[in-house]
Amino acid sequence: MSEKKKDELLHDHNHDGIDRRGFLKCMAWAGTGAFCVMKGGVLNSYSLSRISEIGTSDMMGELSFVQISDSHMGFNKPANPDVAGTLKAAVDKINALTAAPEFMLHTGDISHLSKPEEFDTVDQILKGAKPKDVFYVPGEHDVLNDDGKQFLKRYGKSSKGAGWYSFDKKGTHFMGLVNVTNLKAGGLGTLGHEQLEWLEDDLKHLKHSTPIVVFAHIPLWSVYPEWGWGTEDSAQALAYLKKFGSVTVLNGHIHQTMQKVEGNVTFHTAASTAFPQPAPGKADSPGPMKVPAEQLKSVLGITDVNYVQGQHALAVVDSSLA
Amino acid sequence: MRRSVSIAGLAAALLLGMGVFGTGRKGSVTSAQEKTSTMEVKIDNFGFGPVTLTVPVGTAVTWTNRDDIPHTVVSTDDPKTFKSKVLDTDEKFSFTFSKAGAYPYFCSIHPKMTGKVIVQ
Repeated sequence: MSEKKKDELLHDHNHDGIDRRGFLKCMAWAGTGAFCVMKGGVLNSYSLSRISEIGTSDMMGELSFVQISDSHMGFNKPANPDVAGTLKAAVDKINALTAAPEFMLHTGDISHLSKPEEFDTVDQILKGAKPKDVFYVPGEHDVLNDDGKQFLKRYGKSSKGAGWYSFDKKGTHFMGLVNVTNLKAGGLGTLGHEQLEWLEDDLKHLKHSTPIVVFAHIPLWSVYPEWGWGTEDSAQALAYLKKFGSVTVLNGHIHQTMQKVEGNVTFHTAASTAFPQPAPGKADSPGPMKVPAEQLKSVLGITDVNYVQGQHALAVVDSSLA
Repeated sequence: MRRSVSIAGLAAALLLGMGVFGTGRKGSVTSAQEKTSTMEVKIDNFGFGPVTLTVPVGTAVTWTNRDDIPHTVVSTDDPKTFKSKVLDTDEKFSFTFSKAGAYPYFCSIHPKMTGKVIVQ
């Protein structure tokens, strides 16, 4: 685990107090998660790297939380030999927010190889974050070898099935879904019949004006099926959500930010805190993308979501780790 | 790298007989002996190569993960004829095919990755 590097001024050629390298590094650290604010029933998400560009009033709402994703603790290849360091940097970003988020969502791939020590390291680092509650859903890297038993034991004690659950915060209904187990050859992410039934039932008692935030690891919209970036049976889930005025879907898995609005539903994917992946179809495979070290943090991120009651929209903003 | 270990093939066959799978032992391979031949499948760029491999009965097939991301090798039938543990970079899994037939398989982590072994 490395300490967070300070943006020290190494060479001040122009005597202006700004060194180009430091500046680039600073820029680069622009995205490690998302700050999410619920405002008037609409969720806005801001990349933590660009949070300084957001006005204070935009950051205020009825509810705010942070989304982080794809920590891949244990990964040590050239694309990022220090995933603990970049996760810590994300935590620093979160702790620096003026409007303290109430909790965090982790949208999966906490670990790289489902090893106990990988989960332990993430738990330890996230203990340093101001928001104390973390809600998890598993990524495919968290359920290796044991069909997710370890994940459930650690994070899913009060969940159902493979780890799905829901909870309410300040009038917003949150649903954590699992689409990384029982994957079929040639297929995409899968929710499965049992989970879909639960989802339908869970929504039944809610007013249609209730803002809904759904979070799951693999995107619930077809980002790029050729690379498996989509969920087989998400259409059924979205059909159940159709009657609600404000629905936000937060995903990870693809290690880059992407947004899409479809009717009442806003889809959003968060950056990874570990390593970037190529844009859909822009490489031979979706493997880790190696970028120059000084650029790495600009392609990692956190997502912040802010919710304000009254209007009906959600804003999601991604910030890089720079 | 490669060593002549027909025991590995034997062990795999035994495991098959007992219905116990999930080997994926590192370096637990591989022979190119007179009777038991060995064929290799490379995992590169989220793909199996060759996608379809045709081998004679008794062949041990070894998969090697050369990606920066872990993969698995799992047969698509039920119950599973073979199922590796998760293979990190450079880890190997081998399985000896003792019966003729077609054996489609996939990576259970990235199910878009599919392949097939045809045993004649």
